[in-house]
Parts: sequence; structure tokens; C-alpha cells
Amino acid sequence: MASLLFYILGFIMLTATLLCITRRNPVHAVIYLVVGFFALALMFYLLGAPLVAAWEVIVYAGAIMVLFLFIIMMLGLAPQELPEGPNWHRWGPLVLLSSSLMACTLLLIFQDPAATEIIGTYYLAPQELGEALFGRYALAVEVVSFQLLFASIGAYMLGRSLPKEDDES
Amino acid sequence: MTPEMLSLSNSPGIFIGIMLVKLIVVFAVVMLSVAYATWCERKVIGHMQTRLGPMRTGWHGLLQPFADGIKLFFKEDFIPAQASKVPYLLAPMMILVPALITVAVIPFGPDITLFGFQIPQQISDLNIGVLYILAFAGLGIYGIVLAGWASNSKYALLGGVRATAQMISYELAAGLTIIAVFMLSETLSLRGIVALQQQDLWGVCSFVPNWYVFTQPLAFCLFVVTGLAEINRTPFDMPEAESELVSGFCTEYSSMKYALFFMAEYANMIVIAAITATLFLGGWSAPLNIAIFTMIPGFVWLLLKVYSLMFFFMWLRATFPRVRYDQLMQLGWKVMLPLALANVVITGLVVVILQ
Repeated sequence: MASLLFYILGFIMLTATLLCITRRNPVHAVIYLVVGFFALALMFYLLGAPLVAAWEVIVYAGAIMVLFLFIIMMLGLAPQELPEGPNWHRWGPLVLLSSSLMACTLLLIFQDPAATEIIGTYYLAPQELGEALFGRYALAVEVVSFQLLFASIGAYMLGRSLPKEDDES
Repeated sequence: MTPEMLSLSNSPGIFIGIMLVKLIVVFAVVMLSVAYATWCERKVIGHMQTRLGPMRTGWHGLLQPFADGIKLFFKEDFIPAQASKVPYLLAPMMILVPALITVAVIPFGPDITLFGFQIPQQISDLNIGVLYILAFAGLGIYGIVLAGWASNSKYALLGGVRATAQMISYELAAGLTIIAVFMLSETLSLRGIVALQQQDLWGVCSFVPNWYVFTQPLAFCLFVVTGLAEINRTPFDMPEAESELVSGFCTEYSSMKYALFFMAEYANMIVIAAITATLFLGGWSAPLNIAIFTMIPGFVWLLLKVYSLMFFFMWLRATFPRVRYDQLMQLGWKVMLPLALANVVITGLVVVILQ
């Protein structure tokens, strides 16, 4: 039952991601990506981590992808106006990078015995995750949150409206 | 000895049967409430503005929802020539479905014993119930955004863009207000939260239940306001502001697809009212711990609370004008978010001190 679900979800996830990167229309691509994230969240749930699954949906599918849609709409791409097709000068490096990354991952999986070992079923309760995040790894969480704070302050500084030229004189 | 909890493993036949019954009953109650919420809203606002509201179909317009349904059903189902077909067709469903599946985690009564098994009066007791609600509340936005974008119309697109910004801003504050609740409850399961609210108030007052609205009044107010903003109800119905955007994201829709948007709006209202009732007003538990009240079945109390909150939302619509867009953003980021954060900090401090 669980393994059947795993394969179904895996198939959905891969197909959605594949469709996401092949669509010309950015809005369609975003929708496929949302589908992919949703399948990923279900996969987390299946693997015994309901909290991570909920975060996946709330943060990625619910917030970040909405921001993507917001940006696409701000750019004003109407449904029928399709952007230009793939440009190999621009896409070459990306393809090279991602294919080498893929090769590395495959190599790692086939070579490293620890990576092929089957992990036993484990149920990650929300409380446990919380205690791990804010107890054992509290320092790391704080450092990351400070980085986010710096990033948002930086974005605010870059995006703030400057006083007009005539006011300064 | 308490009987075993019914599950798929110990008795699949009964489990599936009971689950089907629960699903159908809950769906029917929600859909009927949606239909009559439209009638109630027109009646309530009508009387508040010294009008009568619908009067012609049935006694005091009681058959109005069905008349509306039949009328919309026979309207021409129109798709604009330049629209993106599939998202255009999917959008109304994508807004209604998240609203309906959120109801699955709302408990509507205590466990009952049937066929020798203990059966919870809830479709699914997810141990991450609250987060599940937040997750699906966040997904409802796709319906609005896609409707706005796929219609390929300026007004609809503006409605969609507004909806995205509004949802992102208010989802944050809504999530933070809920954090204060589960700092007190120490569980994410809605069933657990309701059970905790049935205890005595602060452990002293024996006949008043420990509803979180008494311990978290600020969170309750913030949640109601952010909830209204999240479901685009007046005074926050910017995405469909008819005075500026014709009808916003649903401008190009007609017939049953338009009706689906309306149903989604009322279904969302029911969901927000049910979540507020469950998190802050004790869910299905009685308002006073006395025998006459606790004898009344749980779903009656839950429905009463939900309908009172919905009446309050309709009252708001009759009272307040729509806010301006910059006011909406300012309220979200400069008032709601800091207040919610402060509430989390204070709750945390008090919880630590009381330990």
C-alpha cells in the first residue's frame, strides 16, 4: 500500500516537474510546480513527517509560488503572448550544470552503501521536530533567521524610495 | 473498559461505511448552509438597510437560493475567446475544493460508541490539524489568481494581483495568531484543542469552560479580522471591488462557474467561522458546564456558534465601507503583524512563568 502510493506520488512529482520545465507559458509552469510540491508534501507525509509535509504546502505551494504568480502577473504576460523559445546560448550552461549535478547524485547513490541502505519507518512527531529545532539546533536556526533578517533589510534598503533631487539642494 | 477506536485496520467494512456517512452528512450540511447563507445575507442586510430583501419566492423568499440556482443553471456558459481554456475552467473548482476539504478536520461532537467501537465525530483527526487548515487556506488563492489571469481581461487580472498580495500579507498574521493558541494547548490536533477548552476556566471557575477567547482575546480579534481578509469578505473584498474593478477576478465568468465562485465565498465563510469557533469558542462544547446545556448534542452548539459568527460577518458587511488598498496593506503589515508577534511573545512569557 505504502510503496504503491510512493511510486504513484513519485511518478506525479517527476512528471509535474518535467512538465514545469518544458512549458513555454510561465503560469502553466508555476501550476505544474505547485502540483510537484504537493506530491512532495504527500511523500513527506508518507515517510512519517507530517509537520514537514504541512510546511511544504504552506511555505512552498501556499506562499512562494503565489509570489511567483504575482511577479508573472506584474510582468503582464497575457495568456496568448508566449515568450521566445529556448535559446541554446543561454540554456547550454544550465543544462551542463544540472546534468553534471544529476551524474554526481547518481554516482553517490550507486557508490555509497549508506545511501542505498533502507531507512526504517520513523514517525516524526511535531513536538520532537520543534524540540530539535529550538533545542539542539537553536544556534543554527538563529543564524539562519538572522541571515533572513539581513536579506529583508537589504531588500528594503535597495527598494526604498529615495528623496527627490530638488529636496536635497 | 473503553472500546477500541475504529480504524481501517481493525474493521475496514464498518470504517468505510461510517466514513461515507460522515462525509455525506457533513457535505450536505455545508452545502445547505451555503445555499441558505446567501438568503440570510440578503435578508439580514436588507433589514439592516430598512429593506425587506427577497420576498417573492416562497414564504419570505425562503426558496430564493433554489430560484437563483435554477436561474444560473440556465444562463449561457460563456468562455471568452482569448481566455486560457483549461485554467479558466479549473479556477472555480480550485477555489471551492480547498474550502470544502478544510471542513474534514473540524470536530463536531464527542466520541460515540457504535458497533462496539469508539467513533470520533470528525472526518479525520489529523495530528497537524491546525497546520492542515493553514495549508489549504493558502491554496484557495490559486483559484482567484488563475481566474483573474485566465480570463485575459484587465479588470480580472487586477483582481487576481490584488488577491495575491492580500493573501500573502494576511496569511502571515493569521498563522501567528494561531501560534498563540497552540502555545497554550500544546497540541496541533483540533480534537485535542476542543477537549482542553472543556476544562474549568483557569482551573478555578467550575461552570464556565476554559475557552481560549477568555485567555487570548487579542488573538481572537486578530484571527477574525485576518480571517475576513483571507476569504476576501467585506470590508476587505478588494479582489472583487465592484466600484473599481467591475467584479474583479470573476468579471468574465457566467452561469454555474460564476455560481461556484459564490458558493466558494460562502463555503469559505463557513470554514472561517467553524475554525474560529473551534480554536477560540470551544468548538462543539456547551457555553456553560451545566447539565441542561451539556445534554444538547455537540453539533447543535457548533452550528449555533458558526451561524452566530456568520451573522456577525454579515453585520460587518452592512456596516463598514470597503477599505482602500493602501489602508489594507498598512493594516496588515503595520498593525496586524506586530500585534500578532507581540501576542506570541507575551503568551510565551506567561506560559514560561506559570510553569
